[in-house]
Amino acid sequence: MGINVLFFGSLTDATAVAALNNVAAGDTAALQELLHQQYPALRTAKYFIAVNQQMIRENTTLKTGDVVALMPPFSGG
Amino acid sequence: MNDRYIRQVILPGFGMAAQEKLLAAKVLIVGMGGLGCPALQYLVAAGVGTIGIMDADTVSRSNLHRQLLFNTDELGQPKVKLAAEKMKAQNPSIQVQAYPYALTRSNAAEMIADYDLVIDATDQFMSKYLINDVCVLLKKPWIYGAVSQYQGQLSVFNLQLDSDSAEPIHYRDLFPVSPAPHEIASCEEGGVLGVLPGIIGTMQAAEAIKIITGLGHTLYGRLYNYDLLQASGYEINIVKQRDPVKIDQVFFETMNYDTNCEMPEEDPDMHDIEEINVGTFMQLRKDPNVFVLDVREKHEYPPIDFADAQIPMSELHTGISMLPEKSICVICHQGIRSVYAAQLIKARRNLTVYSLKGGLTAYFKQESR
Repeated sequence: MGINVLFFGSLTDATAVAALNNVAAGDTAALQELLHQQYPALRTAKYFIAVNQQMIRENTTLKTGDVVALMPPFSGG
Repeated sequence: MNDRYIRQVILPGFGMAAQEKLLAAKVLIVGMGGLGCPALQYLVAAGVGTIGIMDADTVSRSNLHRQLLFNTDELGQPKVKLAAEKMKAQNPSIQVQAYPYALTRSNAAEMIADYDLVIDATDQFMSKYLINDVCVLLKKPWIYGAVSQYQGQLSVFNLQLDSDSAEPIHYRDLFPVSPAPHEIASCEEGGVLGVLPGIIGTMQAAEAIKIITGLGHTLYGRLYNYDLLQASGYEINIVKQRDPVKIDQVFFETMNYDTNCEMPEEDPDMHDIEEINVGTFMQLRKDPNVFVLDVREKHEYPPIDFADAQIPMSELHTGISMLPEKSICVICHQGIRSVYAAQLIKARRNLTVYSLKGGLTAYFKQESR
């Protein structure tokens, strides 16, 4: 069943969807590359990645059922 | 005490002790807009003894759908002055200090030093970084809030925990460097439903009350995202940077807190930039006709010895004219800013410009193989 991906905030301007299900990727770097190919506007977007609600700092192995969140900064007030 | 606070004093775990802590507390709210208004109203009503409010703005018509402190007949009047008057009527026993100007590098430390905690109700990245850095320097907690269309973010940063001697988690652990001008449409409002900053600002007030009284668990260490359309919350545990930016006096004094909203006059997207991989970069940099330009900010790590010059993105506008008549290869941390910088250079100078794809992250990854 693959990886579930969540796009937050303005990232949906690039993806047009808030979530993807059942994505095939072995680690977060591969996932990012895949997403950047599918949604080129994501390449220049600023965001950090969380795997299963835990912020990550480096490439992280993914397994079926993992939820990967792409979170951009917000500044509106 | 009269019965003004009786309904919260009788709460389990609250009592007179918590009420007295509120009365003794000093909170600074930076920004009197969609987030700041509700945060202020609830903290005044709850009996926070001293509240400072900062904002240079006056009331405009497009504020009224989300800034409920202000009325239609008050257009053009200074927000903090109006807010302070109304809050004195709401609760005459507390002090509201109005500061009708913006938080800047030169006044920030003095302002924040007088308060126990800061509520960030600003609508600009640079103010958020400024609040963060000063709070780190002065060891003050602050409550972050922001909205983007139908979603809001909230967290508590820099809370000083006795049990933990390490530097507390702060905003630069989430996003170490402020977005470059093109990265987020921060100045251009993407629109907002008035109730959303109402919710997030009210949650900021709730976090403030918890920090002051010690009740419950704050959002320290967690980023909370609220999605109004889905009526759902999502939490992310924040991890401290392993090699964090050292925020000291020198860092603070050399940091540029003013460029965020500067948009380039040219339309840089008109210029396609050749992105080169690390292998090509290794070849190119040996060529004496190629000038390697590092556009990272001065505090970014690691330092490198193979750039011919470092002109931070924030200073590039003035630096472009100083570049030599050579092919320019731009590098940065991730290869994102460098594309933008390369486009800016190309818009102004008739030079061949490359950008290192993946930036220094890709470079060091390849080098370590």
